Amino acid sequence: MMNLKKNEFFYFALRNNKLKIGLVVLLFFIILTFVGPFLTDYEPMDYVGPAAVPPSSEFWFGTTTFGQDVFTQFVYGLKASFLVGIIGGGIGTLLGMLVGFTAGYRGGIVDEILNTLTNIVLVIPTLAVLLIIAAYLEVRGIFIESVFIGCTAWPWVARAIRAQTFSLRSRDFVDLARLSGMKSIKVIFTEIAPNMMSYLLLVFILQFGGAVLIAATLDFIGLGPTNAISLGLMMNNAVLWGALILGIWWWFIPPGAAITAIVGALYVMNVGLDEVFNPKLREM
Amino acid sequence: MKKYFRRKFLIYILTFLLAVTIDWMIPRFMPGNPVDVLMARAGSFAGSTEIMHDYYSKIFGLDVPLWKQYINFWGALFRGDLGISVYVFPKPVTEIIMDAVPFDIMLLVPAILLSWFAGNWFGAFAARSKRLDNTILPLGYILTATPYMWLAMLLAWSLGIVFGIFPIAGGYSFSMTPNFSWAFIKSLLLHWFLPFASLFLVKFGGWAIGMRNMIIYELEADYSHYLEALGAPRKLVRKYAFNNAILPQITGLALDLGVIVAGALVTEVVFSYPGIGYLILQAINTRDYFLLQGCFLFIILGVLIANFIIDIAYVFVDPRTRTGMQGESA
Repeated sequence: MMNLKKNEFFYFALRNNKLKIGLVVLLFFIILTFVGPFLTDYEPMDYVGPAAVPPSSEFWFGTTTFGQDVFTQFVYGLKASFLVGIIGGGIGTLLGMLVGFTAGYRGGIVDEILNTLTNIVLVIPTLAVLLIIAAYLEVRGIFIESVFIGCTAWPWVARAIRAQTFSLRSRDFVDLARLSGMKSIKVIFTEIAPNMMSYLLLVFILQFGGAVLIAATLDFIGLGPTNAISLGLMMNNAVLWGALILGIWWWFIPPGAAITAIVGALYVMNVGLDEVFNPKLREM
Repeated sequence: MKKYFRRKFLIYILTFLLAVTIDWMIPRFMPGNPVDVLMARAGSFAGSTEIMHDYYSKIFGLDVPLWKQYINFWGALFRGDLGISVYVFPKPVTEIIMDAVPFDIMLLVPAILLSWFAGNWFGAFAARSKRLDNTILPLGYILTATPYMWLAMLLAWSLGIVFGIFPIAGGYSFSMTPNFSWAFIKSLLLHWFLPFASLFLVKFGGWAIGMRNMIIYELEADYSHYLEALGAPRKLVRKYAFNNAILPQITGLALDLGVIVAGALVTEVVFSYPGIGYLILQAINTRDYFLLQGCFLFIILGVLIANFIIDIAYVFVDPRTRTGMQGESA
């Protein structure tokens, strides 16, 4: 039975162009992240060549006004973006699941409190809070940044999962599990969660993309990691040191293009997966 | 409907309380206390430090116990007094922010509303139409995945520097003082266009994609198939689908405000556009926590008010909220 279902999933997955395109783009950047550091002899912050030279065979993406190699910064920045996506998106999804499952399964006063909390965090502009936290920390790493991003990104996940749990918890098979004396946690994870596995995967993909974008925004304001390079930080430096006016386009185009491609690929994949999981949405 | 608004109000009040409390903590618990910043700037003479320290503490109201500071903060808030800026000492924060707010309203209101209407219209139009779906929607995905500052930089560099059509810094020409002449309004609009365009484009992509997906969900719902089976014209079915699909988009607009504000912030930074976003950057760089506090409070207030307007709009659009059924709560 399980095998058949899996085959069906792959059958439709391999025929979905959106999913395929998204995966190919994503894989390209993942491979570049791992291979990139071996393609360059420099460290991201090293001053390695003449200032502000356009892309050439020696410096693939040119150099900054300080003579740093843009390609080196780019591949190391990619790593930072993926880390933020995995950690930040992961924490956001997990927290959302925790709150959503608890609120939806328990109901009553617990739901009331958690739902109010969710709505409050939902309304407060995330970036304003992140700004304050980031300004507060003197030394910031990518890990810390991701944790904070995850901690502010959970509300809409919680809301969506709560709604789904509500509709599932009164089904017969859940009642049966409860009647047989199963613990609440076990009911949630063995009876309810498996029924929305596909949905949780979609949520994680969206959270991943969202975390990458928020991190880029924070880094761009200069509140990103203080001890590493990131794509947002590259754009920050470019604007700060007049890349726009001096026309050093090779400095700010690659980082933004990479973020756009990665996040765009995730979004396209998301819609593609949705079509794979939900037969109604497939194009005939 | 009463229940709907009562719930909303409770959440707004709690949010406001929490936000103001976080806000109050900014200048007090952050590294680099404002008094020390000013002291360092003034330089110190032996013997005078003590007096200066007391003097500045008094100005900022930091010489009383914390609980009293908290109450005083609320009192001052209702008088519209947000303290004094450290960055442009001794100008009141409220005044600095009031100079910036018109620029934000000018930028955000048209960008949010126009992108929402245009995006939804276009998304509904493109759904299930093979040609549009395959050609223009990929563009929507690219746009919505674009970081705001990157699109802003691309526009500034291409249209501003390479082609030199638009100015790329400031809210109006540096050689002018604000007045009601055509020349000034023209300069204002020229400076406004690129920041507006970059905000509009990113959001437009997002709404179009969202609407397209929503319409497809609705067109595959039972009621649509039922209508089709009855032989209803395609146009009518799509109209019903649109009416249902627009609801989550309204909720989405409320949820998205925070993100748009963040986008406006970085866009303003790229264009040195003199709104709140640009002020925040200045405040962070100069460690002017009172200014940061004021900006944060204004953003919260703006988002809360906008949310409230959307909630009211929702009652008009979704009949379920009027009849006491909860409907989809925004």
